Amino acid sequence: MSEITKTSAATVSTPALKRYGPWIGFLIVLLILPYIFSSNVGVYTMNLMGIFIIFALSYNMLLGQGGMLSFGHAVYFGLGGFMSVHFMNYLEDGSFVFPMWLLPIFGGAIGLVFAIIIGSFSTRRAGTVFAMISLGVGELMAASSLIFVAFFGGEEGVSGDRTMGPPLFGVNFGQDVQVYYLIAAWVFVTVMLMYLFSRTPAGRLANAVRDNAERAEFIGYSQRKVRFVSFCASGFFAGIAGGLFAINFEIVTEENLNALTSGVVLLMAYIGGVGFFIGPIVGAVLFTLLQSILSNYTDIWQLYVGVMFVLTVMFVPQGLTGIMMMHTPAWRMKRVGGLVVPYIRMGVPALAMLAGIAGFLEMIHHVRGSPADETMMSLMGIEFSTHSIMPWVTVAVLALVGGYLVRNQAPQLKEAWETANNPDAGGKEA
Amino acid sequence: MTAAIELKGLRKRFGPTEIIRGVDLEIHNGERHAIIGPNGAGKSTLFHLISGRYGLSGGSVSLHGEDISNLPPYEIYRKGLSRSFQVTNIFPNMSVFENVRCGLMWVKDYKYSFWHLVDRERELNQRTAEVIEEIGLTSRQHIPAGVLTYAEQRALEIGISAAGGADVIMLDEPTAGMSHSETDQAIALIRKITDGKTLVMVEHDMGVVFDVADRISVLVYGEIIATDTPENIRNNKAVQEAYLGAEAEE
Amino acid sequence: MFELVFFSLLNGIVTGLLLFMLASGLTLIFSMMGVLNFAHASFYMLGAYFAYTISAYLGFWIGLIVAPVLVGLLGALVERYGLRYVHRWGHVAELIFTFGLAFLIEEVVQFIWGKDTKAYHEPEILQFPLFTFFGQNFPAYKAFMLLISIAIFIMLLLILTRSRVGLIIQAAIHKPNMTAMLGHNVPLVFMGVFGVGCALAGLAGVIAGPALGTFPGMAVVLGSIVFVIVVVGGLGSLTGAFVASLIIGLLQTFAIALDYSVNDILTAFNISFDADSALRDLWSLSLPQIAPILPYLLLVLVLIFRPMGLFGNRET
Repeated sequence: MSEITKTSAATVSTPALKRYGPWIGFLIVLLILPYIFSSNVGVYTMNLMGIFIIFALSYNMLLGQGGMLSFGHAVYFGLGGFMSVHFMNYLEDGSFVFPMWLLPIFGGAIGLVFAIIIGSFSTRRAGTVFAMISLGVGELMAASSLIFVAFFGGEEGVSGDRTMGPPLFGVNFGQDVQVYYLIAAWVFVTVMLMYLFSRTPAGRLANAVRDNAERAEFIGYSQRKVRFVSFCASGFFAGIAGGLFAINFEIVTEENLNALTSGVVLLMAYIGGVGFFIGPIVGAVLFTLLQSILSNYTDIWQLYVGVMFVLTVMFVPQGLTGIMMMHTPAWRMKRVGGLVVPYIRMGVPALAMLAGIAGFLEMIHHVRGSPADETMMSLMGIEFSTHSIMPWVTVAVLALVGGYLVRNQAPQLKEAWETANNPDAGGKEA
Repeated sequence: MTAAIELKGLRKRFGPTEIIRGVDLEIHNGERHAIIGPNGAGKSTLFHLISGRYGLSGGSVSLHGEDISNLPPYEIYRKGLSRSFQVTNIFPNMSVFENVRCGLMWVKDYKYSFWHLVDRERELNQRTAEVIEEIGLTSRQHIPAGVLTYAEQRALEIGISAAGGADVIMLDEPTAGMSHSETDQAIALIRKITDGKTLVMVEHDMGVVFDVADRISVLVYGEIIATDTPENIRNNKAVQEAYLGAEAEE
Repeated sequence: MFELVFFSLLNGIVTGLLLFMLASGLTLIFSMMGVLNFAHASFYMLGAYFAYTISAYLGFWIGLIVAPVLVGLLGALVERYGLRYVHRWGHVAELIFTFGLAFLIEEVVQFIWGKDTKAYHEPEILQFPLFTFFGQNFPAYKAFMLLISIAIFIMLLLILTRSRVGLIIQAAIHKPNMTAMLGHNVPLVFMGVFGVGCALAGLAGVIAGPALGTFPGMAVVLGSIVFVIVVVGGLGSLTGAFVASLIIGLLQTFAIALDYSVNDILTAFNISFDADSALRDLWSLSLPQIAPILPYLLLVLVLIFRPMGLFGNRET
């Protein structure tokens, strides 16, 4: 996996297996996933995941690869969606004939066109000015979408029917699982293209400009043009993601291009880890899981996501992928095994503490949100009354004891970590 | 024969203060030219003016007879002038190999290409490996540049600047902060990579200056008070008064 | 027509000064710390909610004083334990941190107070029309808002130009390192300014809550507008923030008040269009309709043509 996990690997010649292995593995995983998670919810979640993977990766072409912090990336996603849904309707009207599975290309095209227009002035600077322009353009688009009803469909949005195109080998995309394979194919192709982009001169120079924009100017590159190229590519892929969204949900609304969606994509990329190519993939998978699983169990899942986001920014700026990557030295020295027990000793109390805190929040939320006479609540399948004392004691004990043990166990984990990562340590201690 | 660099009446003002106060200088093709002067004389500013980092307040800069005044840095680079920085200025999160390869990208005519895969470009990678070999970082080439030692970063800085094969190379204090042995290595490196090219350098270490330079210009308070061979500069009364006297014991 | 202009002008100034209360804090924070605080409007929202809760027990006037203080303390804590910690990861991380904070505060507010609009009202003694002009009432509460805003504005001006703290702040804006070398505790000043900036935002929330509604979306509604002001006025310029606040305030009220559409203009020039064409939305566009996008249009235009803003002296 090292080849696609590192953004700055400089291996000139790698054995074929190492180079193509991860891609073959990726393809196999994409192919067999629907056999493992064949339920409706499973397919629904995986479809959304695929769309978000493309979207988050396209976002990271800006933030992680090019050093551009955008607060308006949903513009290209949303426009791609609207464009595709309109073409879907043209197909239905019989205005022209076009394979449905290629429809996202129109989304990509409009994403590209708008990225060219907006990028022509917004990429002049990085940093705060870029962030502000992206925010301004994002708000402008979101506000306009409610005004130009003919294109954006106002508050209801625009809906279409994905089954109306000419069938592909008898497949008309009536079933979600057919759409899954369509999305999976696009995911595979676009992920590969985006990865390859990062290995081109334009992609490498984007990293250079991110690291040190001024120095790049003294090796012959205009920082503005370097950013512009990345920006356009990013808009294109975001548009494709939007097109897939249109096919999957058959409806696109104003919400798909507003600030919330822009925030979500930033969150996914950042939690996953912007410094790594696969970071946004991890982030997109995790976020979609949280969204579809947590939201089944609790109304306040967004609160948890918010807390997680802020904690990530504060304490783990390299993201989840960064944490995983921290283990590579220990892995190479074959010492990860020595970390398992310390992790369990730390992990169990930590989970208890989190369960306690979450339980407390859920109970408060229940007490406030339900009618006064309804005192029974169900949490993870356990029924209890919020007006009795026991549940409150339970969560308090969980949180406090868990918290105490976490503090208590931290030193041993630190020690184990240092042993595992110290190249001079004598390896096995008997 | 036209001069490699020609400065005419160059001026730079920051608010009310004039840092460069009318500099005329001609640097010949193929010479090794050192610019010395006391702290605050404007040596780095002069470099920034020539290389396009700052806009001019007056006068003109030509490169091989072509006017390059007020062009952006990348245009000047493309015309064959490359420079290094006094404060190490590299791409810290990228590997040494990537740093050098980026320095080669434009001259190898990749421009903003997104249809070449850099790892497949044999010639580009070969040349990169050669440059890294020259700056002595082959064993460190896969390490992020930000974690190199100071001397290694300085060598990389010179490597990036020289990689593209520009025919005029400007080095801003290449040996600043180095130990004696490191300085010797750096000088050897500078000689090697600037062979047959025009070199302009700012340097504080007089040993290095008199060792390397064909000619020396002395910049004092934004004006050049003398340009001559090392021998004549050493004996120049005005220079001794303004500058050398103070540092003679070094 | 005159009465329309008169009331729009008055309402515009009320909105503009309210916006300035937010924008001034944001500008001060940005010019000192280099951080554009995305969560600034969230503190405005917290001000309204705190005041709502306090006023339910102790009355409006206590809330007016206590809520901003609480918000200010909270802001100082956020600076001390959040922002200062994130600072080590660099500038982009700081921006993302405040962005995440804005998201989190909205969720927390929904968790504590729920999703519906809260019945937070002006005190009864201010519930009367101050004067009637051409049959239109001007509520006393609006005059009260105007009064508070002007008082804050004058206070800010006096503190910044006349007091020792003001001088240190001005010095820290221009040369933070130099100020630190002169022996001033810059981190403390930062924390103080961040806290006071948040308190101002909180105060704006306290007085705007009854007029504009106290609901979880109120931060988002105003947040991006305040950004527009700070950027349009010129990052780091208080004068710019003041002028831009008034411009945006007036722009919004006038755009809503003057009901003209593109069609009207075209008819004035004797041009008519097929009403069914695909561009019909464009021809029937009216000023009130495009009022929400005007600030952003202004922002984008300013950033393209004058990136340092109207009164700014630095391009970030």
